[in-house]
Amino acid sequence: MIWVDTIVQGILLGGLYALFAAGLSLVFGIMRLVNLAHGDLIVMGAYLILVLVTLLGLSPFIAVLIAMPIMFALGWGLQKFLLNRTLGDDILPPLLVTFGLSIVLQNALLEGFTADSQRLPTDALTTASVQVGTISLGVMPLLTFASAILVIIGLNQLFYRTSLGRAFRATSDDPVTASLMGIKPANIFAVATGIAMIIVTIAALYLGLRSNFDPNIGPARLIYAFEAVIIGGLGSLWGTLVGGIIIGVAQTVGAAINPEWQILAGHIAFLVVLLIRPRGLFPRAHD
Amino acid sequence: MALLHTDGLTAHYGDFQALFGVDITLDQSEVVAIIGANGAGKTTLMRSISGVLRNAPGMVRFDGANIGGQPADEIMAQGVAMVPEGRKLFPSLSVEENLLIGTYGRKTGGHWNLKTVYDLFPILRERRNNPGTALSGGQQQMVAIGRALMSNPRVLLCDEISLGLAPVVIKDIYKAVPAIKAAGASLIVVEQDIGQAMAVADRVYCMMEGRVTLSGTPDTLSREAIHNAYFGAAA
Amino acid sequence: MAYTVRTRTRASGIAAIIGAAIVLALVFLPLFASRSLIQDMFLILTMLVLAQFWNLLAGYGGLVSIGQQAFVGMGAYTLFGVVILGGIDPVAAILFSGLGALIIAIPTAFFAFRLNGAYFAIGTWVIAEVVRLLVAQWKTLGGGTGTSLPREATRDMWFVPTVETLLGVRSAAARDILAYWLALALAVATIGGIYWLLRTRRGLALAAVRDNIEAAKSVGVDAVRMKWIVFLTSAFGTGLTGGLIYMQKARISPDAAFSVTDWTAYVIFIVVIGGIGTIEGPILGVLIFFALQSLLADFGSWYLMTLGVLAITIMLVAPRGLWGLLSERTGLHLFPVRRQLVAPKPSET
Repeated sequence: MIWVDTIVQGILLGGLYALFAAGLSLVFGIMRLVNLAHGDLIVMGAYLILVLVTLLGLSPFIAVLIAMPIMFALGWGLQKFLLNRTLGDDILPPLLVTFGLSIVLQNALLEGFTADSQRLPTDALTTASVQVGTISLGVMPLLTFASAILVIIGLNQLFYRTSLGRAFRATSDDPVTASLMGIKPANIFAVATGIAMIIVTIAALYLGLRSNFDPNIGPARLIYAFEAVIIGGLGSLWGTLVGGIIIGVAQTVGAAINPEWQILAGHIAFLVVLLIRPRGLFPRAHD
Repeated sequence: MALLHTDGLTAHYGDFQALFGVDITLDQSEVVAIIGANGAGKTTLMRSISGVLRNAPGMVRFDGANIGGQPADEIMAQGVAMVPEGRKLFPSLSVEENLLIGTYGRKTGGHWNLKTVYDLFPILRERRNNPGTALSGGQQQMVAIGRALMSNPRVLLCDEISLGLAPVVIKDIYKAVPAIKAAGASLIVVEQDIGQAMAVADRVYCMMEGRVTLSGTPDTLSREAIHNAYFGAAA
Repeated sequence: MAYTVRTRTRASGIAAIIGAAIVLALVFLPLFASRSLIQDMFLILTMLVLAQFWNLLAGYGGLVSIGQQAFVGMGAYTLFGVVILGGIDPVAAILFSGLGALIIAIPTAFFAFRLNGAYFAIGTWVIAEVVRLLVAQWKTLGGGTGTSLPREATRDMWFVPTVETLLGVRSAAARDILAYWLALALAVATIGGIYWLLRTRRGLALAAVRDNIEAAKSVGVDAVRMKWIVFLTSAFGTGLTGGLIYMQKARISPDAAFSVTDWTAYVIFIVVIGGIGTIEGPILGVLIFFALQSLLADFGSWYLMTLGVLAITIMLVAPRGLWGLLSERTGLHLFPVRRQLVAPKPSET
């Protein structure tokens, strides 16, 4: 029975990793940009929520609603004024600029908040758990997982049911022809990064509620997100969720065998998938 | 006053100059054909007018206003739509989505909407949920034309719409031109097929090596003059 | 009329003479320099070597790795392993460092070459993390807390007694001087080796692959083979440097030896600021890096922020770095690799 429990916890953990990954996947899908500062932006989001909670005395769940538009604006500006200038055939500028951004963000957070660990305040609800048969499920992990599913459904609706979603897909296919439709690719990219930042804020909420965070943990979140995206196959959001679950289960199973193996087991799972299915489990047909 | 005209239009690809001072005009309700051999600069001309290839301000005027130097999305929003060479449907979008996205930057309303485009090309109604790229070449061309019409443009630029299609399919596609004209659009049609161009156009420009070498109405242009303008007088 | 092909320029001839003079001066530096200057110079030279190898990978090979810490750490741990467990002299053990990095590089390349562009970058990082976590499990070498080189090994290290008597310094200073000389030799060999590689047919093929992989394939360049050669060479050199750095430090831990900031971020900033895709760039970059470090040493994280902002700005404004700006303005090439077609002078015909 302990194994069933371990695996269920792992699946729920996968929801968190899918949340980390969804924004990365969205931005890559639309503009082929891998943002190496993605993990640090999640951590920054957690600090933003923390500041709102501390200053205004709000519940984290209210604070996240205020943080979302702020993060959207930030992502929009970041893309419009910085990252758009790096897009092109050469892969060096976007990589090196976002890597530089990652280092700048980490150190800015260190300067502003010190290296001490922080945590968002939890209450009775968020620390509660429900009993399903013999397994005890935390309300927090369940909420995280449900949020991941809602985010993916929401993104799919946006992509396949709205005019903006059509513009996203068209720009991803061919930005020049898209501009003949009256689409400004630079603006579409800015909106996409803004939306990715809204997802980042949701991920930040659960990151901060479930565990301690400090300015240096961003790169590790980027790596989990990246592994989930690659395992799932580029461009498939449900695949990303499956990828997150695989990393999550590998980590909890690894930790159950030996606590020191938790992170390592996740990475090994990723390498095994890369070995067997180099294009991921659910690769896109064209591309 | 001309609806659209270019004034000494030049264009460059890096160090290579592709257009050398091209002057053409398009009047209201007119169909103008641009003919010329491969590499004459026809597609470059279309790309320059539509803004895909940025040019200097003042080189292109539309409805009395300067549109030269503006980006493609702004030119499109003012009512100059383009059917690009090679059709360029969006592979991620279905036929209907390809049509719908044609209105993204311009929602003025007018004769053209999903229903009237489907009436113009009935086969597209049947294939509406297919991916755009799953269609035959001729059907894809219809989608590309329909997509441009959806914005109810005042000027429609058609770049090599018959390229690579069977004669019977080309005929089907050109059958749409009167309806497009009747709905209020003026057309610039780039054609390699001289016969087709003569049949559809009110006026013809012939281009060679980045310059206009001949212009006139189809009935005033002799076969020999066109031949010389097409291939050069020495040929 | 006979045309000749040449790569030498007038500036490169003068540069070669000045370069030789500088190297000679650096060899004799320990005779009169303070110990702290020698330590600084050791750091500058080792960072320069790391930067040259990353530049070979990213600037010439188009392989943007952010997992260089895997090779530094692996090189360093191999050195500690063979010294502590095998009783081999630390100086000789440096060679094993290169081999240790090479052993990790082969499976790394196997995995990472399945990923393209940006994903290659993160892939190398994941593998560096895996190596770090595995090494931290190695209890004989101190596990997660790390270990030190045994006192006897460092005291009786090859050449150290000789340096002691030659220069009349204490053992610790003699070790620093020895490490400095090794770093100098490594830097000269690296720059010379890379310059040589770029001027061979292989080097030309490399430039072709970077500029246009399809075109390069069509003229018969084996792009995959080039990628392997560049990746393994770079791993070997980075491993050697890692071994040398930790021979000098004599104390190791997984977090330090596999630090992405120290061994990859700094290195990337040095190359980007100095000028990616040139041999001169990393040299200029490492000098700027150390100037900034001594200026901002007291400001902690502001230092890294400044470096990051500077690198971002340069990438956007001058993608070829400061050396690129300089050589564009002046036409200066100290290490010319471009072949120039030279028409004979009219009087000779």
